[in-house]
Amino acid sequence: MLVIAGPNGAGKTSLLRILAGLSSPEAGEIHWGTKAIDDDESDYKSALIYIGHKLGFSINLTALENLRFWMQQREQPVNDDVIIDVLDDLALVGMEDVLVRQMSAGQQRRVALARLWLTPAKIWILDEPLTALDKFGIKLLQARMLAHIKRGGMIISTSHQQFAEDIPVRVLELEPS
Amino acid sequence: MWKWLHPYAKTEETYALCGRLYPWLLWPAIVLSVVGTLWGLAFAPTDYQQGDSFRIIYIHVPGAMLSMGVYAGMAILGFIGLVWQIRTCYMAIAALAPVGAVMTFIALFTGAVWGKPMWGTWWVWDARLTSELILLFLYLGVIALYGAFDDKIQAGKAVAVMSLVGVINLPIIHYSVYWWNTLHQGATISKFDNPSISSDMLWPLLLNILGFGLLIGALACRRLQNEILTREMRRPWVQTLLLGEGAK
Amino acid sequence: MSVFWSVFKRDWLLAFRQNAEFLQPVLFCLLVVTMFPLGIGPSPQTLQKVGPGIIWVAALLSSLLALEKLFKQDFLDGSLEQLVLTPASLPMLAIAKVLVHWLVSSLPLLLLSPLLALFLNLTWDMYWALLLTLLIGTPLMSLIGAIAVALTAGLNKGGTLLGLLLLPVYIPLLIFATSAVESASLNIPFVGQLAIIGAMLLFAIALTPFAVAYAIKVSQN
Repeated sequence: MLVIAGPNGAGKTSLLRILAGLSSPEAGEIHWGTKAIDDDESDYKSALIYIGHKLGFSINLTALENLRFWMQQREQPVNDDVIIDVLDDLALVGMEDVLVRQMSAGQQRRVALARLWLTPAKIWILDEPLTALDKFGIKLLQARMLAHIKRGGMIISTSHQQFAEDIPVRVLELEPS
Repeated sequence: MWKWLHPYAKTEETYALCGRLYPWLLWPAIVLSVVGTLWGLAFAPTDYQQGDSFRIIYIHVPGAMLSMGVYAGMAILGFIGLVWQIRTCYMAIAALAPVGAVMTFIALFTGAVWGKPMWGTWWVWDARLTSELILLFLYLGVIALYGAFDDKIQAGKAVAVMSLVGVINLPIIHYSVYWWNTLHQGATISKFDNPSISSDMLWPLLLNILGFGLLIGALACRRLQNEILTREMRRPWVQTLLLGEGAK
Repeated sequence: MSVFWSVFKRDWLLAFRQNAEFLQPVLFCLLVVTMFPLGIGPSPQTLQKVGPGIIWVAALLSSLLALEKLFKQDFLDGSLEQLVLTPASLPMLAIAKVLVHWLVSSLPLLLLSPLLALFLNLTWDMYWALLLTLLIGTPLMSLIGAIAVALTAGLNKGGTLLGLLLLPVYIPLLIFATSAVESASLNIPFVGQLAIIGAMLLFAIALTPFAVAYAIKVSQN
């Protein structure tokens, strides 16, 4: 796990967006394995989950619908029961048919993070994953991140908050420009 | 084949190139357009049909031709920029757009001034004038789009895409406007009815076209240098450059 | 292809979740058309003469209003960035979105067009031509418009800039479409004009998906 640290405005989010392939860097290339990500976009994208500041969900759809469409777009098999189970685990019992806009900020955040439970991906890029989460939510997420790393996954994240000590972390400190 | 382009992806190189080109473009431009304009306005023979009022073509025609040319140039730059990811191309589009818009405005204005004696009114929906007007709108759109973005790289890409869309559309617009015009034809005289223009009338026109073209080149170089400096104000090479100039 | 339908269904569902907001541009078009008889007088001959132009200009303006919303919400809530990150081909997904947009915003206009024709005293022949030009002209507007909309999705100022960018580009469409209706009023065949609009549409179908996809990526930069 790589944590990108640095003061506000140092370019943490920009760096993550470049790593995710959303922005193009002013100079240089991003490589995934042996190939530049521009050469084989779909290969990299299917190995990647990116969760940014924005939810990436429409607030006028329910949690279940959002996740269902998201998985279909990633060409994953969709099983409503699995989605509902994951939502239940995230303490969103019975919330699957509620419109996202009627949820609290923390609940919305959990729906966004539910992606990490639903699809296998080798690399997670998470921008401030702990914001708006309560203690219980943070604990759940940390357990999930630990499991991901133990299975050989990678996480690149920014966070002002500390991660649990049992997650091995490397830190990249960005200096303000 | 395109290797020679690569150094100019660097703004510094482009800045230096523009600086070198600028005097070579500016002085011939001034000489040619002064000679061409004087010759055209004072010494060329009078047209037997239109009298002296035809002389405005020495300004109107170069303006109109180059207004289209500059737009095509912007689209070519946009294409190069998008395909080879060259940022200086985007800056060059931003530098060219206002120059092209001014050329278009000159063509429109002189067209209107010419229209007064010819048609008795400042404006008629003549095909040529109408397409120039639309071209002016296309330019204004590009300028507004570039100005709307804070992130100038994003702005450059957006402008490149829009100028390509515009250039694909330009022939269609041109053709459709001509067709529309013949459809609704009143009794307007086409201004370019006399195809055989005598050579002593033609020479000053050619001089002026060339002169205006070089002038656009010179202005574009200066504007591009300006754009590069404002965009890269924080870069060390700009800092040393500015300090050096200040010391002189 | 399943990804295409997934995006299609999602946008379709969303359109109907938002309290039929998509009908507003069509109502706007109706209102603009209603303004003209009030402004220039109700003489049936005059209205018939200027009618095709008025309807088409109103359609262009209302389509601008409708297009503005094409990517805006998705950009704001981040759905667009997730769409960029899906492994599937982005041009195809962009077309799915444009298709839904056309269905919910332009199709109602087609359904409303008899009323517009009635208001402006168009003959049956003219109406038939008008309907055909709207049918093949509005998808063309949506496709070309989508490029500019995607480029400006991230900007807070949308509306007027979009008009400035797009209206000049729409001029050939306006010319050919209105002249088709005019030909119909004179009982002259108007297949030529339709063929030209059709050719432009095919050209746009072939090229714009890539331009829109690129523009969406630019908006994420």
